[in-house]
Amino acid sequence: MLKCLDHLAESSRSAFLSAAFLLALAVFAPLTFAQDQPAPPLTDSTGEATATPLAPVPPTAVTAIDRPNDAGGAITISWELSTDDAAGRVTEYKILRAEGAADGPGPFTEIGNATAGQNRFEDGNVEDDRVYFYKVAALNTLRENGITLTETTVESDVVGPVESHAQWFNTGRSRVLVGVLILSGLIIFYIQRARAGREIFIRKIAGLEAVDEAVGRATEMGKKIFYIPGSQDMDNVQTLAGITILGRVAELAAQYETHLEVPVSRSLVMVTSREVVKEAYIKAGRTDSYNDDQVKYLTDDQFGYAAAIDGMVVRERPATIFLMGSFYAEALVLAETGNSVGAIQIAGTGQPSQLPFFVAACDYTLIGEELFAASAYLSKEPRQLGSLKGQDVGKGLILVAIAIGIILETLHIWDVSKLFTVID
Amino acid sequence: MRREIPLLITGIVGIVFIVQYFIPHYPFGRMSDWFSDWFSIVASCAILLGALNLMKMSVLKVISRKGDWIYALITIACFALITVIGLAEGRDFRDTGTGFSWLYDYVYSPLSSTMFAILAFFVASASYRAFRARNFEATLLLLAAFFVMLGRVPVGDVLTGFLPESMQMSHLATWIMNIPNTAGQRAIMIGIALGLVSTSVRIILGIERSYLGGE
Repeated sequence: MLKCLDHLAESSRSAFLSAAFLLALAVFAPLTFAQDQPAPPLTDSTGEATATPLAPVPPTAVTAIDRPNDAGGAITISWELSTDDAAGRVTEYKILRAEGAADGPGPFTEIGNATAGQNRFEDGNVEDDRVYFYKVAALNTLRENGITLTETTVESDVVGPVESHAQWFNTGRSRVLVGVLILSGLIIFYIQRARAGREIFIRKIAGLEAVDEAVGRATEMGKKIFYIPGSQDMDNVQTLAGITILGRVAELAAQYETHLEVPVSRSLVMVTSREVVKEAYIKAGRTDSYNDDQVKYLTDDQFGYAAAIDGMVVRERPATIFLMGSFYAEALVLAETGNSVGAIQIAGTGQPSQLPFFVAACDYTLIGEELFAASAYLSKEPRQLGSLKGQDVGKGLILVAIAIGIILETLHIWDVSKLFTVID
Repeated sequence: MRREIPLLITGIVGIVFIVQYFIPHYPFGRMSDWFSDWFSIVASCAILLGALNLMKMSVLKVISRKGDWIYALITIACFALITVIGLAEGRDFRDTGTGFSWLYDYVYSPLSSTMFAILAFFVASASYRAFRARNFEATLLLLAAFFVMLGRVPVGDVLTGFLPESMQMSHLATWIMNIPNTAGQRAIMIGIALGLVSTSVRIILGIERSYLGGE
């Protein structure tokens, strides 16, 4: 009986061990012998199982032309996409180039590539007046886990010969030329008319009319005038326009014997402003009152300039502040500080994004073109006024063109709009 | 001759600049770059004038102990410090880890950013004044600003969720920005462009010469 029980226990233990062994085998065998499993089938970019990728249809209608409207040194290659491109059987295009030899193209070398879906390539590494030939090859690459296994390349026909040249006229800008000629012609025409003695009516510009009042206020209060000609250098026309108005303000300040201070952010602006202020004081007969240090350089740094002027404004509390020229983010910082000390402020800029800030924080604002008109307006010199008339007539022509354009666009006639297209 | 020569140079350079815009061929195509380079060279040399002027004004203020001379003293000290460190570190003064770059990263940049950040408060105070409904135009401005601001935050669409999508606040804000705002901006830009052409013609022809000092 005991023997029988022992046998039974022995059998159960053997069965248990066998079951445990089989379970372990089932769990670990796949891991142990994983490297012996067959590799997944090779696929091309479409996922089809294949040993080598399918050869794509080559790109067609390949053209190579001298890039238009440039200074030479570039050829534009374009092609129609392979019909296999959309199906994903093209992974990229390779551009091959050969230099021209006596008996045709020499050996081709790869000069660049374009991703699938692109049909244009700029070869910017060519020499002018040298002959080149091009081919475009479509590639279908077989990859596995990011590794290129094989690739199939199909080349287009050879195109060429083609040479690059520098052009003498940028035809894409011909419409700009027409516009410049018309506008300049109008301005010159009205300058001549004004020179001949024709009277020219100019509407009142409130901001410029207020210049006398603003200078007078500073005189009455016995306080300083600050003139800030913007944060840009002399290569900016807005700075030039600002310095032009400075001449008039300096002359008035000299006449009223009011102290004028011009903090600038550029050395060249400092030199020019000194010359303008000095001339204005001479013109007003107050040469002795002029001091070079009235025009002082602060810093080229945008916010350093704003911080320095803010400090001066808060400490010295000027009665009048002029902000005339090109301003960026410092515009509101300066204008609000001036506003906080109760100064009368006249601002003008050609930066559309800063104009709302000046309108909100200053008493008078010269909006864009008014800044450029200031010189003519203040000097009342006939030739300068004539240029304003020409400018206004130009504006009238543009308004008419816009009105015609709106009507034709509404009627789905696009020809007029195309006349204003500039190809760069 | 003191006037004529600068006027002649200005006229010639102005015409060359116009011509080079339309002719890509060498040398015209390169002239814009050359002039820019020359301007940078002249401006770089002129910086010495500005720096000397700044130092002169600051030193005079410190010597005379006038008003806020302490700021002038700080200006001189900072100017001297950055110049000495920059010169001592030689050509690699801008490399990471140099004293110059440390001053730039941890003194100059934070100060500059602080000034820029103040703008947010100035925008708030200027907006408060500009958006007061004093007259018809200011009321229009106020309403436009109200709709644009509300349309730029999610609560705008939540409040107008019962309306068709095209009439919700975000669409209204986009319409205000893209149509009336863009039209106004373009009108100003056309005016500015015409003003630029007119001023340029006057300068090239020598009619506008006040930037040379006097009429």
